Amino acid sequence: MIRVRHLEKAFGSQRVLRGLDLDVATGEIMVVIGRSGGGKSVLLKHLLGLLHPDSGSILVDGTDITRLRGAALDRVRQRYGVVFQGGALFDSMSVFDNVAFPLREKSRVREAEIRRRVEEKLDQVGLAGMGPKNPAEISGGMRKRVAIARALITEPEIVFFDEPTTGLDPILVNTIHHLIQELHGKFRFTAVMVSHEIPEIFAIADRVAMLHEGVIIEADTAAAIQASVNPIVRQFIRGDAEADVAAAAGHVGAPA
Amino acid sequence: MSAPAGPGSWPLARGPVEALGHGTLGVVEALGRFGRFLAEALTLVVLPPFKLGRLVERIHFIGYRSLTIVVLTGAFTGMVLGLQVFLVLSRFGAEGFLGPAVALALIRELGPVLCAVFVTGLAGSALTAEIGIMRITEQIDALTVMALSPMRYLVVPALVAGLICFPLMTAIFDVVGIFGGYLVSVKLLGLSSGTYFGEMQTFVDRSDIMVGMWKSLAFGILVPWVCTYKGFHCGHGAEGVARATTQAVVLSSVLILVLDYVLGSLLP
Repeated sequence: MIRVRHLEKAFGSQRVLRGLDLDVATGEIMVVIGRSGGGKSVLLKHLLGLLHPDSGSILVDGTDITRLRGAALDRVRQRYGVVFQGGALFDSMSVFDNVAFPLREKSRVREAEIRRRVEEKLDQVGLAGMGPKNPAEISGGMRKRVAIARALITEPEIVFFDEPTTGLDPILVNTIHHLIQELHGKFRFTAVMVSHEIPEIFAIADRVAMLHEGVIIEADTAAAIQASVNPIVRQFIRGDAEADVAAAAGHVGAPA
Repeated sequence: MSAPAGPGSWPLARGPVEALGHGTLGVVEALGRFGRFLAEALTLVVLPPFKLGRLVERIHFIGYRSLTIVVLTGAFTGMVLGLQVFLVLSRFGAEGFLGPAVALALIRELGPVLCAVFVTGLAGSALTAEIGIMRITEQIDALTVMALSPMRYLVVPALVAGLICFPLMTAIFDVVGIFGGYLVSVKLLGLSSGTYFGEMQTFVDRSDIMVGMWKSLAFGILVPWVCTYKGFHCGHGAEGVARATTQAVVLSSVLILVLDYVLGSLLP
């Protein structure tokens, strides 16, 4: 269970997070949506412990990670898997070595067992036989799948996806989403995903949270979000640039 | 007599003072971060687990790949020294001191300094660019969230490799330089080989060699320190990496000369 409470973060005079609250239940897929520059990536970096808030707390199974540093924070991160927006694959290593890297560095698993598990994971993401390739030699969609394989190789309890389908064609977007859904069904990890992919994410999200101007203005099931009466949520879901959301001022900051 | 400052003049007076204060604090803060970065890296040098594979790869990166340029520049530095010093000494009929003059200039000053400057341009800039690209493509964040220390993977091996490679490359630079001086003075200008090397043995002692070695060890820490720091703290995008790389080379080169002067003053 991840519980974010009153999270605030400012960069200079720019307040990015303004008392954000969010709950993510164990085992669910929570998708955070919102406009570019709305603070989604900043929220994700706080959840990963890469940024520290000005105030507020992030409880991961009761432990406030905003107060942790060094080895204590690393102990929480041992439970994490992260799929970065660009994949963040190590370009000095092959696809195989990228996926094997967390196992080689964080566990005492034998090389033969590592080989078996990496090949199995590459097979699960549809990249069997691609191990010897360099990340620069494979397509964007393949890189995302390698990143997913690397994030899941240690069988983490919580997996963060930072816009895992950005820049991919619609078929690949659905392929990646199906893959995440399939792997989630198999391993039952808690997933926190930041995404712009409307309406595709509604098919895989257990719950969706709308981030707007530094706060979660609505968090509910995918169906409820789709039926939301909040004009800001409706505008975002419809992608309507002309809609007048001034009347929505009253909805901003409403309890999630 | 000047009029007393009224309340209206305060904002004008406060502006530059505030700016100076902010600037000073900024410099002190940056120096603090810079020092803390090295302190953290040096702590990890002695704490396991040691990344021997990464160290070997960094030795190849900093040392082996710079070898050609070190040999080439060493040879021509020695040749230029041999030629110029011969012309000066021959005016006083003191050509016999050419060997020690070339050797002392190379061993005490030019070897460590030029070697460090060339390696900065070649390997240091590449180090900054590599780490900078890892920063902007979130590879460093990926290491962090894997609960693996980026300092241990990226900075510590570079520092240790610098400590190992710089003295060795300086020694190679010195030897090749002395041989370059020999080629010009003995083979081209007709000085006897015995004079060139014999006087060298008389005038160059162990303390001179140690001065050069201490300097190269200091530069071996300085260059990877500056270059990895700049890569770690590069700005956004390609422009950020480009700026960090330029800053790393310029700052390293300037600090090499400053440190050379300081060590030259302190060491015997």
